[in-house]
Amino acid sequence: MNYIWSGLLIISFVFAALGGNLQETLTAGLSGAASSIEVLLSFAGIMCFWSGILKIAHKSGAAQFCEKLLSPAVRRLFPRVKNRKSITMNIIANLLGMGNAATPAGVAAMCELDRENGQKPTPSHEMSRFAVLNTASLQLFPTTIIGILASCGSKDPFSIIPLIWISSAISLTAALLAEWLLWKRGDSK
Amino acid sequence: MPCYQTFIEGVEEGLKTVVSILPALVAILSAAAMLRQSGAISAICDLLSPVTDFFGFPSEVLPLAIIRPLSGGGSIGLLTDTVKTYGADSTIARMACIMCASTETTFYTIMVYFRKTKVKYTKRVILAAVFGDLVGILCAFCLSKINF
Repeated sequence: MNYIWSGLLIISFVFAALGGNLQETLTAGLSGAASSIEVLLSFAGIMCFWSGILKIAHKSGAAQFCEKLLSPAVRRLFPRVKNRKSITMNIIANLLGMGNAATPAGVAAMCELDRENGQKPTPSHEMSRFAVLNTASLQLFPTTIIGILASCGSKDPFSIIPLIWISSAISLTAALLAEWLLWKRGDSK
Repeated sequence: MPCYQTFIEGVEEGLKTVVSILPALVAILSAAAMLRQSGAISAICDLLSPVTDFFGFPSEVLPLAIIRPLSGGGSIGLLTDTVKTYGADSTIARMACIMCASTETTFYTIMVYFRKTKVKYTKRVILAAVFGDLVGILCAFCLSKINF
């Protein structure tokens, strides 16, 4: 990110110098920084509200219900794993869009998988499958995206949700399939 | 169940997320504004447009597709900028949103998840994950095209 950001600045300075609008470019940078606060405030309320609702969903037993609902799928995805609790927790937190809860559970699950793999330098099939599951975004309710759309004046910010579900499902399937194919080919690294 | 307390707890967590986004948002929105004003974005778009036009891919979403796997805060900043610039109900904004929602900060996630393990080789994971992201971008492109 360091390289990217500095790169962006250097590129804009070069182009500004070439186009002779260095002054305007600097002003634009400042107004961009100023607008970041406005943008953030405009979707902060929506994000906070949904985090509150999701917390209630989590505490009211909806999470346990999800756990029951998910356990057959998790069993099928990770048949050789002994302790699937952290994995299930991680998937639920991801589904509910609670990134703060998903990462600790995910790291714990990965450490467990690492132990079951005998701490080898090459990851087991389960480990890479679990990582791929986390790099593909599974989220039932994309709070941030809805917040951004709503704050920028979308007429119907919720209408995008089904499209997001379809797209997420397809990309997740593709990633899992790719992992499976690479594993089948004997590519363990 | 203490509904009110639980809600407040959730809001607090949400607020933490919001605050954690701010620094990256300032960095990206100022850089994006400067890039646009300096003419760099239009120059890059002009350069790439023969390729992207051939597939009908909007070159405006390209910067976002590049930043997305690297930085969560950065991509949210850029997404906000894209949605603001092109209008919340435009095809470009919707494509950008679907793309962001169906992909993840792939490299960051892999780094964090394997950090505490003894694993050294993650080529297979990265290949599969990047493939998934590419499919996600393609899906976003197709879905935004079909529906609008």
